[in-house]
Amino acid sequence: MEHVVIIGNGISGVTAARHIRKLSKNRITIISAETEHFFSRTALMYIYMGHMKYEHTKPYEDWFWEKNRIELKSGFVNNIDTRSKTLHFAEGDSLKYDKLIVATGSKPNKFGWPGQDLKGVQGLYSKQDLDNLEIYAPDQSVCKRAVIVGGGLIGIELSEMLHSRNIPVTFLVREPSFWDNVLPKGDSELINHEIKKHGIDLRLATNLKEIKSDENGRVKSVIIEETGEEILCDFVGLTAGVSPNISIVKNSDIETKKGVLVNRYLETNIPDVYAIGDCAEQHEPIGERKSIEAVWYTGRMMGEVVAQTICGNRMAYNPSHWFNSAKFFDIEYQTYGWVFSEPKENHAHFHWKHENEDKCITIEYNDETQEFKGINTLGIRMKHEIFNRWLSENQSVDYVIKHLSEANFDPEFFKRFESNIQKQFENRLHTV
Amino acid sequence: MSHKLNHSLSLAKPDAFHTSPKQKIFLAVGVIGFFMLVLALFNMGSFSAWGFSLAIALIAIGIGGFATNAYLAKPAGIKNDGVWFNSISSRGLLGWLTGMVLTLFYIVLYFYPHLLGLGADGAANTGLISFFDPFSKLLNGGPASQWFVYGTLYTLAILAFGYKFLLKYRHNRYEQLRTYSVMFFQLGFAFLIPEFMSRLNSENFSLPYYDLKNIWPLNYYNFEQYRVDSMISAGDVGLGILIFGVASILIITPILTYKYGKRWYCSWVCGCGGLAETAGDPFRHLSDKTQAAWKIERWVVHSVLVFVVLMTTAVIYTYLGYDAEKYWLTKDIFLFLVAGLLTLVFALVMIFKRHELGKDAKFGAIGYFVIILFLIGMHYFSKESNLFLFEAETLRSSYGFLIGSIFSGVIGTGFYPIFGNRVWCRFGCPMAAILGFQQRMLSRFRITTNGGQCISCGNCSTYCEMGIDVRAYAQKGENIVRSSCVGCGICSAVCPRGVLKLENDSMKGRINANEILLGNDVNLMDLVNQK
Repeated sequence: MEHVVIIGNGISGVTAARHIRKLSKNRITIISAETEHFFSRTALMYIYMGHMKYEHTKPYEDWFWEKNRIELKSGFVNNIDTRSKTLHFAEGDSLKYDKLIVATGSKPNKFGWPGQDLKGVQGLYSKQDLDNLEIYAPDQSVCKRAVIVGGGLIGIELSEMLHSRNIPVTFLVREPSFWDNVLPKGDSELINHEIKKHGIDLRLATNLKEIKSDENGRVKSVIIEETGEEILCDFVGLTAGVSPNISIVKNSDIETKKGVLVNRYLETNIPDVYAIGDCAEQHEPIGERKSIEAVWYTGRMMGEVVAQTICGNRMAYNPSHWFNSAKFFDIEYQTYGWVFSEPKENHAHFHWKHENEDKCITIEYNDETQEFKGINTLGIRMKHEIFNRWLSENQSVDYVIKHLSEANFDPEFFKRFESNIQKQFENRLHTV
Repeated sequence: MSHKLNHSLSLAKPDAFHTSPKQKIFLAVGVIGFFMLVLALFNMGSFSAWGFSLAIALIAIGIGGFATNAYLAKPAGIKNDGVWFNSISSRGLLGWLTGMVLTLFYIVLYFYPHLLGLGADGAANTGLISFFDPFSKLLNGGPASQWFVYGTLYTLAILAFGYKFLLKYRHNRYEQLRTYSVMFFQLGFAFLIPEFMSRLNSENFSLPYYDLKNIWPLNYYNFEQYRVDSMISAGDVGLGILIFGVASILIITPILTYKYGKRWYCSWVCGCGGLAETAGDPFRHLSDKTQAAWKIERWVVHSVLVFVVLMTTAVIYTYLGYDAEKYWLTKDIFLFLVAGLLTLVFALVMIFKRHELGKDAKFGAIGYFVIILFLIGMHYFSKESNLFLFEAETLRSSYGFLIGSIFSGVIGTGFYPIFGNRVWCRFGCPMAAILGFQQRMLSRFRITTNGGQCISCGNCSTYCEMGIDVRAYAQKGENIVRSSCVGCGICSAVCPRGVLKLENDSMKGRINANEILLGNDVNLMDLVNQK
C-alpha cells in the first residue's frame, strides 16, 4: 500500500484522489491551506451575490472523505524534500509520501503596477480573496466605487458580483473590445453591449498606470495610463489573468518554468512526483492548447488521467476536442472546437446574430476544404456530445449548419433559431 | 470571516437588497388590503361587498406592483441576488415570523374555524368569514365557509405570486407556460368550477362537487361512502365522475406519467404544487439536500402511501355488501381486486426492475407488501369485522387529521419559510409517491446533462425545491432520474453553463453513469465507462 499525497484540494487534486480511491487501496492524503473541504471555486461569485452559502459550493458532503478513506490535512507546505520524499509544513510537522501530486492551482497576475499590494487591491481566486472582498467591498457605503483591471472571465464576473450589491463599477479593459484576443469581433461586441446594459462603466482600450494610496495604506484612487484621469475608488480588482501558484515548488528539485514542468504523462523530472491542473506546464503545447491550461475542465481531466498512471496504468494526458463555457452577466457562452478571434490561415468565420435578442454564434471552418473547426455560441445552449462527434468525424460546415437543430440544448418550448441561421448561411454563399 | 455574517439576522444589509420607494408604496398598498382582512377578522366595522373587493384588489395590486417594479426594472435573467441575505428567504426573523403566522392560520382554519367567524348550526357568519359572504353568494349562492375563505385566498396567492413568477422568469418559456397552467387549473378547476357545480345542486339533486383534477390518493376522501352514494344517485353525470375518479389514478395518470414524467401533474396541474411554485418560490432553496434527508423522505412518503391504501381499502370495504346478487362488487371481490393489483405491481417490479431498486427500497417494498397481504389474508380467514385491526373510521379520521390536516396543511404550507416550499410534496404526498414510483420505473422523462460542461457550482442543487442533489449527477455526466423530481425546470434555468435539460425521450439508455466525462481521452473514457 502506497501513500499518495496530493497538495491542493481543488478540482484537479480531488478528482485525482477520487479516482485513485476507485482504482486502489492506497492511502490518500489531500493537503490544503485554503479550506478544510473541497469547494467549487467557480461558485465563489455566487456566495458573494447571495445565491448560495459557502456550504452549497461543496460538491461532496463532509462525511464523504472519511467514508472513502481520503485523509484531509490542513497545512501549508513550506518545503518539498524529494530525496527523502518528505513534505515539511509551515506549522513545523512533516509528512512522508510515496507518490506526490502537485495540484496547487493558480494565483492572480500582478504586473508590477505601483500600489498593487495596497489594502483593498486584490484578485479573485481563493476563498481568502472572497473573505477580503467582504471586508473591502461589502456594500455601497464602504465601497463607493470599485475599479476592475483586466478584461477576462474573472474580471467580468467580479464586475457582476460588485454590481449585484449596487457598487458602481469601472471596468478597465486593455483591449479595444472585451476578451477580443479570444472572442471574434461579433461575439466580443455582444458582450460589450451586455456589460454596458447592466450599468457598468466599461472603459475599452484603457490601461492602468498606478494605484494611489490614502494615509492608511488603503487604495484611494487609480490613474489611467492613456488620459491621466484619476478615478476615486475604495476597491481595485486585479483580474488580468492567473499564473501557476508554485512558490512551494520553486525551492525544490522539481523543475519549473512558469509552471511545474511535466511531460505528457504529467510526470515531473523527479520520479513519483506529478503535477496536474492550473499549476502544470507541458513541455510542448498539445495541439492548439496552451502549455498551461488554467481551466476547470482540464484540471478535472488531468486528475482522471494521473490516477490511472499512479495506479499502474501509465497513461498520457490526451484530451479530446477543446470545449469551454462561461456566463457573461445574463449571456451564457459555450464553445466547442477552435474558434479564434481572427480566422486562422485558410479559415473563415460565419457569424449569425439575432436581430434584437442577445444571441449569436460564430463558426470557424476551413475555407478550402469546408471542414468545420469550431463554434462559439452565446445565448443558445448546444450539446457537447454532438459537437464532439462532428469534430471527430471532420464534418463539413454545411453539414453542421444543416443539422444544427440536433445540437440544440435549450429548454423545452424555447424559440428556435436554426432556420434563421441556415437562411443567413445560404445567403452568405450567394453574396460572395 | 465576514462572508459568514448572517445578514438576515443583522441590521446591516448589503445596499442592493433595500427596497425602492415604489416598492415601498406597493408594499403599503398590499398591507392596507391585508389589514382590512384583519379588521374583518376582529369584527371591527361592517364591510360591504365593495369593502371585500377593495381589500382583495389592494392585495393583488400590492403584490403585482411590487413584483413589476422589482423585476421589470432589471434585464431579464436569473434573479437570485441576495436570496441568502434577505431575512424572509433565509430563515431570518421575517422568515420565522411568516412561518409562525401561516402555521397559526392553518391551525385555526382546520380546528377552530369559529375563531374566523364561522357561524355554528346555521347561524350567520361573523368576522373574516362573513367578509367573504358577498363573494360566496355571487359564486355559489350560499354564505361563505372557512373553506371558501381559504380557497379564495389560496387562488389569490397563486394568481398574484404567479404573476410575480412570470416576471421573474420572463426569459424562460418553459417556466412561463408551466405557470400559466397552474394559474389556469387553480382558478378554473380548483376554484370556479366546484363553486358553479355546487349551484347545480338542489333539494332533489346532489352531486359531490369537487376539484376534478384532485385525484385519489391526494384526494383521500374521494371514495368514501357518502360521496360514492351521491355520485351514483346523481345518475349518469355522477357515475361519469365516479368512473373518471377511478380512471384518473388507474389509467390516465400512468399514461401521462409515462409520456411526460410526474411533472405533468406536480408542477403543471396540482394545486399544492401550484402554491409551492408561485407563493412558495422564494423558499425553494431552503429544502434539505443531505443524503440523510433523502433517506427519511423515501421512508416517510412511501409509508404515507401505504397508510392511504390501507385506509381507503378499509373504508370502501365497510360499505360494500356480502351478497353478489345485489351488487357484483362485494367485500370479498373488492379485497381480491386490491390484493391482485398490489401483487401484480409488486411482481412486475420485482421481475423487470429489481436491479434498479436500492437495497432499502427492496426491503421496504417486500416488507410493506408482506404486511398488506398478511393483513388481508388474516382478515379473509378470520372474518373479523375490522379489516386492518383498527376500525375503518379510526383509520380514516387519523389519516385525515395526521396527513390531511397536519402534514399537508400546517407543516406543508405553514413551514414554507423554514423547510422550503415542497415539504408536503416531498415527504408526505401519497400521490407524489405513486407518480414518482412510476417516474423512476417507467417513464420517458429524465433530466439530461451536457457532456463535460458541469463546473460543480451547486446552483442546481441549491435551488431544487425537492432537495435533490442535482449536482451529484451533473458532475458525473449522469442523467437525473429521480422519483421525487417534479420537473419544475429551475435547475436547468439557474445552471450558468447550460448543462441541464428536462426531456422526454425513449426508455433506452435513460439511466447512464459515467466515471470519466466527455472531453477527455477517448480511450480512457472507453476503458473506464464501459467496465
